[in-house]
Amino acid sequence: MEWLVAGAVGLLVGAGVHLLLKPQVFTMVLGLLLLSYGVNLLVFATGGLVVQEPPLAPLRAGAADALPQALVLTAIVIGLAVTAFALALALWAAARTGSTDVRAGERDEPAGDDRR
Amino acid sequence: MAPLLLLLPVLPLLGAVLAPVAARRHSHGPALVAGLATGSALALALLLAPGAADGQALGISVPWIPSLGLTLSLRLDGLSLTFALLVLGIGLLVSLYARWYLPADAPRGRFHALMLAFQAAMLGLVLAGDLLWLVLCWELTGLLSFLLIAFEPTQRSARRGAGIALLVTAAGGLALLAGVLLLGQVVGSTDIATLLAAGERIRAHPLHGVILGLILAGVFTKSAQFPVHAWLPAAMAAPTPVSAYLHSATLVKAGVFLLARLWPVFSAGELWLPLVGGVGLLTFVLGAYVALFKHDLKGLLAYSTISHLGLIVFLLGLGTPLAAAAGLFHALNHAVFKASLFMAAGIIDHATGTRDMRRLRGLFACLPITGSLALVAAGAMAGVPLLNGFLSKEMFFAEALDPPLAAAWPVGLKALLHLLLPAAALLGGVFSVAYSLRFGHDVFFNGPAPAQRCPPHEPSWWMRLPIAALVAVCVLVGVFPQQTVGPLLATASAGMLGRVPELHLSPWQGVTPALFMSAAALALGALVYALRKPLFRWHDQRFPRLRAARLYARLGATLVSRAHRLVAQLGPATLPSSAAWLFATALVAGAAGWWTSTPAPLARAHWQAPLAVDVPSLAAALILAVGVGAMAWRPQRRLGAVLWAGAVGLVVSLSFAHFSAPDLALTQIAVEVITTLLLLAVVVLLPAARAGVDAGISRAAAAAAPGPLLRISIAAAAGLGTGTLAAVVLLRPDRGFTDWLLARAESAAHAGNAVNAILVDLRALDTLGEISVLAMAGLGVHLLLRPGRGSGVRTGADAEAAGTPLLLRMLSLLVLPAALLLCVHLLLRGHQAPGGGFVAGLVIATALVLEQLAWGVPAAPRPRPVTLIGAGLVLAWSVALLPLMLGEALLTRLDWEARLPLLGDVAVASTLLFDTAVLLVVAGTLLAVFRRLLERPGSLGRSVTAPEAAGGEG
Repeated sequence: MEWLVAGAVGLLVGAGVHLLLKPQVFTMVLGLLLLSYGVNLLVFATGGLVVQEPPLAPLRAGAADALPQALVLTAIVIGLAVTAFALALALWAAARTGSTDVRAGERDEPAGDDRR
Repeated sequence: MAPLLLLLPVLPLLGAVLAPVAARRHSHGPALVAGLATGSALALALLLAPGAADGQALGISVPWIPSLGLTLSLRLDGLSLTFALLVLGIGLLVSLYARWYLPADAPRGRFHALMLAFQAAMLGLVLAGDLLWLVLCWELTGLLSFLLIAFEPTQRSARRGAGIALLVTAAGGLALLAGVLLLGQVVGSTDIATLLAAGERIRAHPLHGVILGLILAGVFTKSAQFPVHAWLPAAMAAPTPVSAYLHSATLVKAGVFLLARLWPVFSAGELWLPLVGGVGLLTFVLGAYVALFKHDLKGLLAYSTISHLGLIVFLLGLGTPLAAAAGLFHALNHAVFKASLFMAAGIIDHATGTRDMRRLRGLFACLPITGSLALVAAGAMAGVPLLNGFLSKEMFFAEALDPPLAAAWPVGLKALLHLLLPAAALLGGVFSVAYSLRFGHDVFFNGPAPAQRCPPHEPSWWMRLPIAALVAVCVLVGVFPQQTVGPLLATASAGMLGRVPELHLSPWQGVTPALFMSAAALALGALVYALRKPLFRWHDQRFPRLRAARLYARLGATLVSRAHRLVAQLGPATLPSSAAWLFATALVAGAAGWWTSTPAPLARAHWQAPLAVDVPSLAAALILAVGVGAMAWRPQRRLGAVLWAGAVGLVVSLSFAHFSAPDLALTQIAVEVITTLLLLAVVVLLPAARAGVDAGISRAAAAAAPGPLLRISIAAAAGLGTGTLAAVVLLRPDRGFTDWLLARAESAAHAGNAVNAILVDLRALDTLGEISVLAMAGLGVHLLLRPGRGSGVRTGADAEAAGTPLLLRMLSLLVLPAALLLCVHLLLRGHQAPGGGFVAGLVIATALVLEQLAWGVPAAPRPRPVTLIGAGLVLAWSVALLPLMLGEALLTRLDWEARLPLLGDVAVASTLLFDTAVLLVVAGTLLAVFRRLLERPGSLGRSVTAPEAAGGEG
């Protein structure tokens, strides 16, 4: 079972990185999603795999590690917020450049910048 | 009395807060506030003065960061009292002057706020009882000087001057900090009283030279000594009241103050005289020489300031108590006459519109009163008898004639120095007289005033009053030194040296060699001024480009252009290429950690037996693999990819459920639902990807993306690495402090759910940070997708979307109340069973989004999502800070128990309130995001504009 979970982590991270290296913005967001699944599982894995011993009352010594669970819980929610922000950036950039390619530059220089 | 000391810097700080507020009431409100704050601080300083006289010191210290040994300690002895009086006295006059100097449309509130903040920092500096505290205030003064020089940020010279000043003085400040830290290591404390007592130990230490060098680097940059003086002339771009206050009287004296403060510690060392005295004398002569050739009034005054600072540094550098006291005397005198000269220069600038001495002449006829005052002050600057500058300059000549050279030095060197020092002093003195004459004669006489459109006229007498007050001080001190400045100087020297040296303060010192030198300086100075025309020609031919600021600018420009070239060589920075660099770096770092870790990660010594694989797990893994494969293979099929992402998330959440993490499973499911909604909402809005490379992308940028081979190798390495890491971590579990944490959850947090206990109690500070990140993301989306800016992804698309299916509408009616109940249930039980604020927030947000999809987005939702976020943050911080007021640590759990009518006994824990805050932030963030997405033209949602439907959101 451990190897199965490890394989899932590797697959998720690998696919996530692959998609994040592509220039299409929606593809990058999908990569971000997969990468965060993989990393969340990795952090969760530091607590070890424990079956049917949730860290709930009555708390016994053999229960699953609650610390990685707490870390991952907030990471899941923050991942959602980051995805939302990335998508908003994508929409904003698409409105300015008319393209979903992250390499597309802005068409006109921002005005009011008085650098030399 | 001592606690009142704290009030001294606080009063100007209070004024700095009030000044912008006062600006809204009345245009002269800020000046009034500044006057009141400075005046009351001055009165307080005078009230405290008796405590600091006769070599005593008044002190107070408050623990600041005890774990680092930092204390906020203030110390009022003779030296700090003298400088505090200087800062406050001149501050009062300058605020009066600025009241009339600044034009009506200038941002006076900001000006006085900055000046008062500077005053507070300067007071903190001179009153510091601890060197680290002094360094902190030192940096603050530099920062505020930067802001004040760049007071008119639209002027390029102001920005440039501010930048040079900040860079030079901040670099010196860093050196000073390093020196002070080393000093603290040597002595074991940075307390000034301790340091003053440990002088011999410091001088005997092998690091003595390094420490002295670092501290002097700070002192010389702050007090504009050669060769790091270039920032002071560049700082003349500041408004004239700033120049009068910061760049003649106070800020530049901070270096002198530190020299005086540490004088008892270092002055007996061998390096002191050559380093401090040498640099001071060189600065004195060079500054005086350059000042003569400056055509700008303020430029002349700036170089004259540099020269006089050099004189003061030289006197302190001689290392005898008498010379040091003379240095202090000149520091006071210089502040008085130079501030008045700057103010006069401001009036001339106001009246004529120029500060160029080649265009100014004959102004005495138009400005008789200002002219007379300026002439007297210029006389003090030149060292004319019966004025204050004469007294301290004569002391300077006397000291230069008889320098305290060490007996061990070679006889030839001593003979040379006995000749060289008086000669240099005389040369500097001659040029001082010449440029003072130029200031007086060129501007006010030198022929009739050129015909101008508006003849210059005297300003309001309020503006001349501060100059008159300062000039009166010049004359009074010059004629009755013992009666006026005597006691103050005795107090200052006592605070600095621990005893009062035998200073002979009298306008007539008898016929001494110094008197002959003064007379010679005056006569030769007049001669040099008379010969100025051939001298100017000679100077222009020999040194046409003698400008330190230009050298500095060229150095900076070279650095910047080199950096630009380096960046250009790296190619255009596109997101894919940057990401490739980022991942490659992470891989290298991870691999390095892997190979260097002991024991080797793959050593099988402590591996445990793996769990058996069951069929459902295998099936789930298969689904995950297929889903990930489909997404990686065809990400451009957006809808399919979104659906597959949902499936992958479902498998992840099932595995959380399987491996004893019910809270995670709940959260992941809820997040999955809302992520899918989010992705779908964006898929509709985002334009389709075009085949090939877009026309808007430059060829260089298009090339700067990793190719398929590189992509796959980086991805494979990353996947392999993390996968192996996961396997090793799983097969060699380390329970660490798991059991300790579980025990704490029950005993300390009274929680049945250990995960929730960690989130809202044991590690609540982390959660506080995390909801702040959430809030930032929510607000970011809210601002980024503001309608009207960047809207028009699909201009012309039909705003009226097709009617939503009836089934969805009916369903949402049922879902909302159920979701509300579920939300409250999850929140309340979160501390004991799976649930909590995060999940509850996700659930309610999902239900509300569903409702908006079915019934349309309200045009003006109430409460606004942003308000929810704000309320959540305020609640979370209140729960966090409340225990502090009760004397407990931050975020300590508080319990309330009360008997309420009808409800009976009710117990509420602060952790529940904290969890509610989490709920508010999570829900508010998501609602803010979806509101922006659904209100865009062409989105899934429909805008509800009918008034009766507005406010449909709960």
